[in-house]
Amino acid sequence: MFKSLMTWVDDRFPATKMWNEHLAEYYAPKNFNFWYFFGSLALLVLVIQIISGIFLTMHYKPDGAMAFASVEYIMRDVPYGWLIRYIHSTGATAFFVVVYLHMFRGLMYGSFKKPRELVWLFGMFIYLALMAEAFMGYLLPWGQMSFWGAQVIISLFGALPIIGEPLTLWIRGDFVISDATLNRFFALHVIALPIVLLGLVVAHIIALHEVGSNNPEGVEIKKHKDENGIPLDGIPFHPYYSVKDIVGVIVFLMFFSLVLFFAPEGGGYLLEHANFIPSDPLKTPEHIAPVWYFTPFYAILRAVPDKLMGVIAMGAAIVVLFLLPWIDQCKVKSVRYRGLSFKILLTVFIISFIALGRLGMLPATPFLTLLSQIFSVLYFGFFIALYFTSKNEKTKPVPERITK
Amino acid sequence: MTTDGADLAKRRFLTNTTAVIGAVGAGFVAVPFLSSWAPSERAKTAGAPVEVDISKLVEGQLLTVEWRGKPVWIIKRTEQNLSDLPTLDDALRDPASENDQQPTYAQNATRSIKPHVAVMVGICTHLGCSPTYRPEMGAADLGGADWKGGFFCPCHGSTFDLAGRVYSGVPAPLNLEIPPHFYKSERTILIGEDGGAA
Repeated sequence: MFKSLMTWVDDRFPATKMWNEHLAEYYAPKNFNFWYFFGSLALLVLVIQIISGIFLTMHYKPDGAMAFASVEYIMRDVPYGWLIRYIHSTGATAFFVVVYLHMFRGLMYGSFKKPRELVWLFGMFIYLALMAEAFMGYLLPWGQMSFWGAQVIISLFGALPIIGEPLTLWIRGDFVISDATLNRFFALHVIALPIVLLGLVVAHIIALHEVGSNNPEGVEIKKHKDENGIPLDGIPFHPYYSVKDIVGVIVFLMFFSLVLFFAPEGGGYLLEHANFIPSDPLKTPEHIAPVWYFTPFYAILRAVPDKLMGVIAMGAAIVVLFLLPWIDQCKVKSVRYRGLSFKILLTVFIISFIALGRLGMLPATPFLTLLSQIFSVLYFGFFIALYFTSKNEKTKPVPERITK
Repeated sequence: MTTDGADLAKRRFLTNTTAVIGAVGAGFVAVPFLSSWAPSERAKTAGAPVEVDISKLVEGQLLTVEWRGKPVWIIKRTEQNLSDLPTLDDALRDPASENDQQPTYAQNATRSIKPHVAVMVGICTHLGCSPTYRPEMGAADLGGADWKGGFFCPCHGSTFDLAGRVYSGVPAPLNLEIPPHFYKSERTILIGEDGGAA
């Protein structure tokens, strides 16, 4: 019965073919480790965000006069509204946690290198869309941080020569952040960017499945195939990795629930205290900082004592990540077989990224600004040093097959 | 697609012209959508001038009023403040207000019409935060004895003096903006209009 139904469908739509190509007969390297959970977890968080987001739009009012009150209404009066909102706000943080770990995995094992440059580029565009999504979503509660955070970020465009001022006016749709800005950010947040995001995720996965997954050894499993053309070191994604990922999902959901139920505000780091005050265009909060996932770039912005150069430096900090496949010229992929120079550089990079993230949360005192400047130099220094050292790096021999 | 006996040059010409005309059409269609993001007529008319009564303002006090959705400060400076202003010139980026951040009638040593009363838009020229009023002399966190009162932006640490002039070595590039304003009478200022002075 089921079989004949599937035949009927398959004659009209490639359901079985797609299932096989992307799951049952997609051969992934057999040595995936802990770091390989975060791709599927990112997909899970995307689903969580879409579902919780849809239900929030049913109660939220994208209106300058009503937005703040409607969020409080969701928190107090809507049955389980508090839960749905906290799922969405915790999901935003979770999204960046898994995406940063996912990106670090790619950096560590050289997953951005040939032939996976497009996988990396699509991924970077996803990251960019995610930042836009998070930024616009943060305006919607219409609290003090929403307002002044948006004011600062939109003013960044004002640093551009000539077109800067008209551009900020066009983005805001008013002379200040106002109802017009809120309304359009709502539209972008709930419909335009999610569509872009979904399209990019599909492109990211199709590109990945075209070239095949990398692995902690950095060995191409497609080089050694059996007589049926199946990689000798590959195992079908389903059931092997689909089942393994369930373990990751359960552990992830445990951490997610811990934050969701016990610390949804994250001590002011996930939902900032000033955002529980309605937006006031006449008064900036005493201390203003973006949410944690933007702070590394914010620290770079503050480190430069010049408006235009600061904005350029912050933009460059993101652009340079796009160029990574061409900056790193080492043929060896995995950190396991790369030279000491790469290991040192990678460590310095991670330390500076985390340090900048911390500094971006703190007030701008002269000493902390100096620290931000040092770590900003180290951040960019990673890419410059990598460009010059990677070509002639002293690497270890890479095994032909996956042995570990 | 069959190519037998086809005029390939003609086919290519038709394909290309169709593509170009289509792109031009798409460009025209984009105009109304992109234009819809510009400030609406309602937003443009909302910027009416604001009248402020300054008769109750005491020395050192800062009064904030809203004009075009932005905070506008009115400060009554003390005699000491005014004599301090010229001493700061060396530490400032634009002490003589050469950049176009004020109407010509406020392009003077105190950046105001009447020396004691300063009127300025309370929006940092860096990234648009509203700086905090720090009138106390010698504030320890703002450079100690050199601090003669002024404004500190909590967002990125820019500092301004009591005439809204930006210090050098901070992220803000320009002095605070002075809005068009004039004295309707001894005790009222109209913010948003020049009264024919400019």
